Amino acid sequence: MTPKPTMDRRGFLKISASTPLLAFPFGFATPVAHAAVPAAADYDKVLVLIELKGGNDGLNTLVPFTDPAYYVLRPKLAVSRDRVIALTDSVGLHPSLEPLFPLWKERELAVLQGVGYPEPNLSHFRSIEIWDTASKSAEYMQEGWLTRTFAAAPTPASFAADGVIIGSPDLGPLAGGGTRTIALSNTQQFLRQSRLATPEGEPHNKALAHILKVEADIMQAALRLSADYPFRTEFPQTAFGNAIRTASQVIANRAGVAVVRVTLSGFDTHNAQYATQARLLSDLADGIVALKGALVELERWHRSLVLTYAEFGRRPKENLSNGTDHGTSSVHFALGGRVAGGLYGEQPSLDRLSGDGNTSYAIDFRSVYATVLERWWGVPSSGVLNGRYTALPMLRS
Amino acid sequence: MRFLVAPFLLAAVCTAHAVALPVTTALGYDDARHLLTRTGFAATQAEIERYAGLTREQAVKKLLAESTRTALTPPPSWAADSDVFAQRPGVGASEMERKRFQQEETRKGLELRGWWVTEMLSTPSPLTERMTLFWHNHFVSSQQKVKLAELMYRQNVTLRANALGDFGELLHAVARDPAMVVYLDSVQNRKGTPNENFAREVMELFTLGEGQYSEQDIKEAARAFTGWSIDRSTGEFTFRRLIHDDGVKTVLGRSGKLDGDQVLDILLAERQTGEFITRKLWREFVSPNPDDAEVKRIAERFRESRYDIKSALYALLTSDAFYAAENRATLIKSPIDLVVGTLRQFDMRPSATIPFAVAAAAMGQNLFAPPNVRGWRGQDAWINSTTLLARKQFLDRMFRAGDGGSQTFLATDTSMVQPPGRSIMPAGAQDPDAIRQIQFRRAMDRGLNSVHFDRTAWFEQFSSPANSDGHARAAIRLLLATAPQNSLDLQEEPLGLVRSIVLDAAYQLK
Repeated sequence: MTPKPTMDRRGFLKISASTPLLAFPFGFATPVAHAAVPAAADYDKVLVLIELKGGNDGLNTLVPFTDPAYYVLRPKLAVSRDRVIALTDSVGLHPSLEPLFPLWKERELAVLQGVGYPEPNLSHFRSIEIWDTASKSAEYMQEGWLTRTFAAAPTPASFAADGVIIGSPDLGPLAGGGTRTIALSNTQQFLRQSRLATPEGEPHNKALAHILKVEADIMQAALRLSADYPFRTEFPQTAFGNAIRTASQVIANRAGVAVVRVTLSGFDTHNAQYATQARLLSDLADGIVALKGALVELERWHRSLVLTYAEFGRRPKENLSNGTDHGTSSVHFALGGRVAGGLYGEQPSLDRLSGDGNTSYAIDFRSVYATVLERWWGVPSSGVLNGRYTALPMLRS
Repeated sequence: MRFLVAPFLLAAVCTAHAVALPVTTALGYDDARHLLTRTGFAATQAEIERYAGLTREQAVKKLLAESTRTALTPPPSWAADSDVFAQRPGVGASEMERKRFQQEETRKGLELRGWWVTEMLSTPSPLTERMTLFWHNHFVSSQQKVKLAELMYRQNVTLRANALGDFGELLHAVARDPAMVVYLDSVQNRKGTPNENFAREVMELFTLGEGQYSEQDIKEAARAFTGWSIDRSTGEFTFRRLIHDDGVKTVLGRSGKLDGDQVLDILLAERQTGEFITRKLWREFVSPNPDDAEVKRIAERFRESRYDIKSALYALLTSDAFYAAENRATLIKSPIDLVVGTLRQFDMRPSATIPFAVAAAAMGQNLFAPPNVRGWRGQDAWINSTTLLARKQFLDRMFRAGDGGSQTFLATDTSMVQPPGRSIMPAGAQDPDAIRQIQFRRAMDRGLNSVHFDRTAWFEQFSSPANSDGHARAAIRLLLATAPQNSLDLQEEPLGLVRSIVLDAAYQLK
């Protein structure tokens, strides 16, 4: 169950706990630890996932301001044309996203239009499960798509963790199985709590081995994460700003981590959507700008890919409560120093809605995942995703 | 017999947990502990002493005979409300009315969780509650979708009434249980536009198991269940003849103008059903790895008894496999095992139980709201870095020297703990919902602080040898299913010692 190296690690953990100077013994002596990455996968490039929990309204995020159908469907909720931040002569960003406009101009922002999947499910719980496991609509899978990724192409053992989940109780794309995933809200608090981990012992069955592995993962992460990188970047004083600060601290660790996931909640805007979404998108934009500032400070911006995702978008036709109900495809953002900025996919047609009033999709979300796997990390995607999905040309080499 | 065996076993304490005994031998201390831990939530010293010395057969008969069909704890006052269905906001209701109604149902859902935890703590038959929970995780329904706490309560009553009864009756009862009818979309299953949700899950998850039927079987079975619905005013099951498809269907090779009950009987007649349930019982009680030959043998008994659940349990709990050394300490405690077990074991009597239901939810087991139709996966899936630290923080807090200022739910990681029933939560400090969340967490914290551990009385229960670490060894033997993984200081003061034992990885096992 637990091979010999684990014992060695435990032995090490005991020593290093009392002698902090020995804390980085694993052959990543260089301050920046991207040396030991296997040729197969380039996990030196970090992926930052931002979950827009509840289902962000894509139609008011990227506004088709010349489409008459938009104003018919949204008599109360439409973003007025003069407030839209035009990206092209037909679509533009919600005004709260103005802080992202400089990134658009620098061509570091890719706008992915109409991201969805066939036979969409409108339940929050089921649809996010489909996204997290990269399953088909009627297929139930236990492991997250990143869990399968790291099983197929492991991260270097020297990494602090495969992934860190910030501020959410569920592991999402890292759920189920043998990843080294750490969930925390705040690095300082995690470091404090981790003293309760006691990764000692001789596991004589699988259950005990699993518990001791998780304890060891906690210890390993706790040893390699720090909470005190002196960023000059100012983080917004919001819950999401704090999550971005934590994400930045996590990425600042010298040992490495392949994925960080942060969550921005509250997008389930069935009523009084306008003010709520405006606030959330503002939080999102300010958070992303701060994240870029931190990553630039760390000289990691060109090795970072930031991706938004959500369980679904919202229905084009507004409801009677000045809100919108559960929809299907939506717009998402990819940002980073190597992103080839511009528009991808296409804005879903508002003239041809499905029977329940929802949009079709232009980009299968698994194509976005395939892009991450193949073009970002260099991991073959068809095994992980159980099928061939065409990667998008949204990254520069 | 009893007096001859006991001293021998005492000698074997501490080092060897798990000594398999020949069939006819009486249960020793460790065997009784194993039986009671696996069939209840924790075994106390007094309970173990009542069972040690009985034969396997006597012990299991006693457990089964003491099972009950109804809860001892009176339900929340609203539970008997038969009009709730009619009180739902109608089509013309304002968003405010809807929200208020929903918040009220969420509040009732919390009360319901507290009620069940109270019952788990006070029941004379922990096995009854364990089996009720087992069926809750088999015939999954969730308040997340069902919304109405009243329906979740009624389902819980049905599960308990049949928990150790007849599996066939239980299946029939669950299929027409209102919460299930909502949860698996039977209400939307109509002639001409069948909804296959229930038909699929009844085969895949409730009876046969994956791959034992065809997609065509599901389509045909779905037609048989058309018209199974609920009454809009009472929330009771009703059959709507007008939307029932009464044509000929073929399910698993049997044809006729089948109705839903006949389809269930077809599924019950399949040998596979008995084996599927037995395998699941094995994973619940014995080990994560069912032994095929044993499963077949026990499933045969189960079938011969016409699906008498007690017969299956009797066969399982008296089997050599159940007591085998290699199957001891192989199961990971569920959050409910950990929370309820700890409260029972240390005779802590909380003034309110909702905070403890919420604590279990924060560890990944939110009663009345399993994550999806497959239920909680259990075993390894219970433990990840978040849930393990949540467990340890809870335990640390229960056994910290008299403070009162410690905060599990507030701390700084508020976003990790969400009130059950509301997993789509807005963020942002000015938000009234966010303020409610903070108030909620404060209340939960006060609740956790309300328990008291009387260490002096607890240690006095051991009539252990007079040497200085006799009590310590007795406590370890009682609390851990396998040897501690850390080296424990047997001379430590009582509270520190208990704290070290419960924080040991071995305490997560049963």
